[in-house]
Amino acid sequence: MNSTEQLLSINNLHTGFRIKDTYFDAVDGVSISLKRNEILAIVGESGCGKSTLATSIIGLHDHNKTRVEGEIIYKGINLAKLDEEKFNKVRGEEIGMIFQDPLSALNPLMRIGHQIEEGLAFHTKMTKEQRDKRVLELLTQVGISNPARIAKQFPHQLSGGMRQRVIIAIAISCKPNIIIADEPTTALDVTIQAQILDLLKDLQAETGAGIVLITHDLGVVAEVADRVAVMYAGQIIEEATVEGLFTNPLHPYTRSLFNSIPQMNSENEKLQVIQGIVPSLINLPRTGCRFSTRIPWISEGMHEENPTMHEVSPGHLVRCTCWQHFHFESEEGGITR
Amino acid sequence: MSFMQINDLKVYYPIRGGFFNTVVDQVTAVDGVTLEFEKGKAYGLVGESGCGKSTTGKSIIGLEKITSGSIIYEGQNVTHNRRGRGSSYNRDIQMIFQDANSSLNPRKRVQDIIAEPIRNFLKLSPDEEKRKINELLAIVGMNEDAKLKYPHEFSGGQKQRIGIARAIACNPKLIIADEPVSALDLSVQAQVLNFMKDIQQEFGLSYLFISHDLGVVKHMCDHISIMYKGRFVESGSRKDIYTNPQHIYTKRLLSAIPDVNPIGREERKKERIEVEANYAANHKNYYDETGKVYDLKKLSTTHFVAMSAHEKGGI
Ligand SMILES: Nc1ncnc2c1ncn2[C@@H]1O[C@H](COP(=O)(O)OP(=O)(O)OP(=O)(O)O)[C@@H](O)[C@H]1O
Ligand SMILES: Nc1ncnc2c1ncn2[C@@H]1O[C@H](COP(=O)(O)OP(=O)(O)OP(=O)(O)O)[C@@H](O)[C@H]1O
Ligand code: SF4
Ligand SMILES: [Mg+2]
Ligand SMILES: [Mg+2]
Repeated sequence: MNSTEQLLSINNLHTGFRIKDTYFDAVDGVSISLKRNEILAIVGESGCGKSTLATSIIGLHDHNKTRVEGEIIYKGINLAKLDEEKFNKVRGEEIGMIFQDPLSALNPLMRIGHQIEEGLAFHTKMTKEQRDKRVLELLTQVGISNPARIAKQFPHQLSGGMRQRVIIAIAISCKPNIIIADEPTTALDVTIQAQILDLLKDLQAETGAGIVLITHDLGVVAEVADRVAVMYAGQIIEEATVEGLFTNPLHPYTRSLFNSIPQMNSENEKLQVIQGIVPSLINLPRTGCRFSTRIPWISEGMHEENPTMHEVSPGHLVRCTCWQHFHFESEEGGITR
Repeated sequence: MSFMQINDLKVYYPIRGGFFNTVVDQVTAVDGVTLEFEKGKAYGLVGESGCGKSTTGKSIIGLEKITSGSIIYEGQNVTHNRRGRGSSYNRDIQMIFQDANSSLNPRKRVQDIIAEPIRNFLKLSPDEEKRKINELLAIVGMNEDAKLKYPHEFSGGQKQRIGIARAIACNPKLIIADEPVSALDLSVQAQVLNFMKDIQQEFGLSYLFISHDLGVVKHMCDHISIMYKGRFVESGSRKDIYTNPQHIYTKRLLSAIPDVNPIGREERKKERIEVEANYAANHKNYYDETGKVYDLKKLSTTHFVAMSAHEKGGI
């Protein structure tokens, strides 16, 4: 299998939600690609557009209230312009999605086993018997210890983490080429988390799938990702290999993010917080530097007027150039890194 | 002195099935949990997914039926009247729910969601109520324009903050926080955790803090209990658990914590697999014939570990 093969290529994607009569872009000009066999992590502040990016790729949003523009190229077709009927085939079979919110992604009135089987019936030629067997297999794979009982239960009878694992089982059931995992392990304990991440990696080794992993757990990113994109206010502000980003974070937002991690040996200290709040969709600044209000001690003149991405070293891209002059408020001025 | 004691709490869920939808089986979700809460302290509850943490929390605030055991609050046995309207227990014990989405009424605007406990328990004028809501939104770092919106218009993390604003609205004594920050990004998480610590100090608030993030638990909690299949396998001070873990399940959990450093991840994976193999080979010694966790034995004034009756001292 060619590991550098481009699987998905997103170009200048804009996804906007209609509020009253105006569309406001929650994803505002995102370009990123995903290769075969790659785990691309997407991190960023709550509300920065990660889930919107994910649902755009898989074409799941309310068409009456959402506008998707730009390109999402998969196997030569633009998914952003694909009609619903064709998309139904792509979903599940070609692209599997693990949703952030498991409860609303499951049908409350349908037994777990049936929900997993449904996708298999739609996308594969398996017999009923084969499907039933595969359901139990999948539940076991995601670490559920009594699959036969769980298959007969309804979503509300499962714990949060068990529901999450059911969603994962559904997403991987047809061995898709692309898996989009939106906070797949947030609801899981660390041992199951490790098990699920290993499972995704095994599956990847088997099928060569590309995985988009959305998470705010930088530990998880460090453990499994190949490449990382950091988003802020609808845009990607830094992109690098996992080593590149963790050893040399450049953008002020990325550096602030790393600063907020509760360290295992700093129990009583105050955690570092980024000043101010993420502007809501309507109030999002659309020109100039979107992060400048969060670092007011950096003078206006330091920011680019319309920050664009610059390749700082091979594969390491950063929006704007002000990072060269950035320092934390507590630090003295000048270049402190 | 503790203001609240939970004694040998058990919660079983009936499983219905068959033709007449009769009870055919039961799930032992919580199987003998004992806990007490002191003013101003934070208690961590960590454990396998599905081990009964949320059920413990929900049964304490009165959302699940208690099968047996008791809850004593300020000297009163409240086991069977936890949800009395306007009762002080009902106001003083609040919960932040794991599933922010389903705990927020989709048909209500944010301002009405947050105002609900205020209207139930505090008698405020409309102006005072408005000010209070603005104050709460500011505390959780949200814009005032959020007030008129509905839950579906928010991201996962934003919804969680709405749930937190509602829980702290009436200055509770104990907040059961079920994965309160797991949907939040790091900076907002830091903001919420700092805030939770601030109000803890200011009002002498206590927490039952349920989380999978052992870094967050370490940061927040004075006392930590590790739960497995409805029971505690180990319970101790932060130091006991992180520097001197005794139970094989605790050790397994600690070894699976992801490290914020991509360098050395292959070696860490190997180590993790070793600990897993050791667990698979030896875990039987740590549970009885039926797979049940042994009763807790006292190792020190703060540190308790589940071990069989004939086991002496450290395992
Ligand atoms: N259906 C919708 N209608 C209107 N606005 C929406 C809708 N869904 C999301 N938004 C807004 O779009 C922005 C991006 O939301 P999104 O859910 O993509 O964030 P996210 O990065 O996934 O955040 P989190 O980490 O909290 O899950 C937010 O400001 C959110 O309030
Ligand atoms: N309403 C219900 N009916 C039947 N069984 C239930 C019900 N609610 C929970 N359970 C079962 O009780 C057990 C404990 O569930 P609980 O939600 O307390 O777990 P948890 O420790 O909070 O897990 P997680 O970390 O995944 O949230 C699980 O086996 C679950 O399937
Ligand atoms: S000017 Fe550029 S680098 Fe500086 S904070 Fe803004 S976007 Fe970031
Ligand atoms: Mg999201
Ligand atoms: Mg739970």
